[in-house]
Amino acid sequence: MPTPSRYWREIPQRYRLEAAKCKNCGYIAFPPRLVCPRCQSRAFETIILADAGKIVTYTIIRVPPQPFSDQAPYAVGIVELDDGVRLTGQIVDCAFEELKIGKKVKVEFRKVYEEGEAGVIYYGYKFVPA
Amino acid sequence: MREVAVIGVGMNKWGEHWEKSLRHIFTEAAILALDDAGVDKIDSLIVGCMSSGLFVGQEHLSSLLADYLGQVPVPAARVESACASGGLALRTGWIEVASGMSDVVLVGGVEKMTDVNGHEATYALGTAADQEYECYHGITFPGLYALIARAHMEKYGTTRQQLAMVAVKNHDNGSLNPLAQYPFKVSVEAVLNSVMVADPLRILDCSPITDGAAALILCPVETAKKLKKPVVKITASGMATDTIALSSRREITWIESTYQAAKRAYAMAGKKPEDIDVVEVHDCFTIAEICVMEALGLVEKGKGGKAVEDGLTSLHGKIPINTSGGLKAKGHPVGATGVAQAIEIVKQLREEAGPRQVKGARVGLTQNMGGSGGSSIVHIFERG
Repeated sequence: MPTPSRYWREIPQRYRLEAAKCKNCGYIAFPPRLVCPRCQSRAFETIILADAGKIVTYTIIRVPPQPFSDQAPYAVGIVELDDGVRLTGQIVDCAFEELKIGKKVKVEFRKVYEEGEAGVIYYGYKFVPA
Repeated sequence: MREVAVIGVGMNKWGEHWEKSLRHIFTEAAILALDDAGVDKIDSLIVGCMSSGLFVGQEHLSSLLADYLGQVPVPAARVESACASGGLALRTGWIEVASGMSDVVLVGGVEKMTDVNGHEATYALGTAADQEYECYHGITFPGLYALIARAHMEKYGTTRQQLAMVAVKNHDNGSLNPLAQYPFKVSVEAVLNSVMVADPLRILDCSPITDGAAALILCPVETAKKLKKPVVKITASGMATDTIALSSRREITWIESTYQAAKRAYAMAGKKPEDIDVVEVHDCFTIAEICVMEALGLVEKGKGGKAVEDGLTSLHGKIPINTSGGLKAKGHPVGATGVAQAIEIVKQLREEAGPRQVKGARVGLTQNMGGSGGSSIVHIFERG
């Protein structure tokens, strides 16, 4: 379970999809980095990722990690956003039979999991059919 | 650099060893390796272990294991590269002997995984993926490889049947290995009817949770030649890294770190894929073996599934892969796996593999991989 500070410092990415775009070569790093993996430049500007894309691949998790025990089975996929950035996340509000590589999805802000009844609620992005 | 040889190998039965501790299983394997080499003093000890901290709450293995092997005050180091920790230990030991820093090095690998429950083991293994941007969203290791499998099936037409055949082949081999955790055969039907873990991967596509250790003794080839045993040289060590997050890779179905590590190893040994007689690869999941065969250049890109179906990689095929039973049947104590792969190749090149023997094997290769391919280590071995 993440500590409050560990959760809090990822909020710009998980709530707002803040990324870092390399000022030299245009590579978009999500999460942001200090060094561009493509050109080694260290100069970035903050941008917001696209909020739509398509499924690159997916699976249905039947044996979940403990914090997700009450959610299984659930779909997780890699989605390529319209700006070319790929994210891993849950695909929800979609019947399993309708999952398909290439399917168009959009990004929504959702609850990811919670620490029991009295614990912290963790939020982030999920994908839903477009 | 000096040429390096393996003069001793040691491994005990792998499985669920509730009666034995991490230090115990490691020391057992190390003693077997020392006795096999006929050595009682070492200059240095290198051990690969992914997560003794999470599995048994114990770090500082350098001191613990040197102490319990009765070798203090030797220098010792524990190295980690997730499930490739064993391969990294071998590489580190190889560098130490090749450089002239040490003459006799014990390279070990160990993981004690059954002291925690299933959820805790899933968590510990998950630390090999990106905690904040993969695990946070509920993905598991079977899940990550399922993402690769789905993409490979879509792109190349790899079939569910072909994935099952990897498990069937490795269990066939494992049934001949008395040290394997699961030394029995499985059928394609059994794999296809086993419990779904992460679509399209089922439980019999997955390597198990295992307690196990393995150890090797390395020394310069010049010293090895004085012993009355076949000399097995390590003629290349290649390692490469890639992004930790699967989603950051350019191609989901291609394991670039394995390709890069193999490229370096082939160049160092002056060998080509077709020169290799026997191979041990990191089949943590059935799809992994298919992707790795392709990245090693043993088959064309996208043709891994077909090669398995055609029997190319079976014990008596053109290029036998995982004669030990692989991670699938032999077991996968993550830190020990890379060392055990080397043991199988040494046995093959010494012609001591019994019913699993690949006739006339002179050149062998091991490929050990961390996470979903974030690191890969390839070694090439030759009969001297």
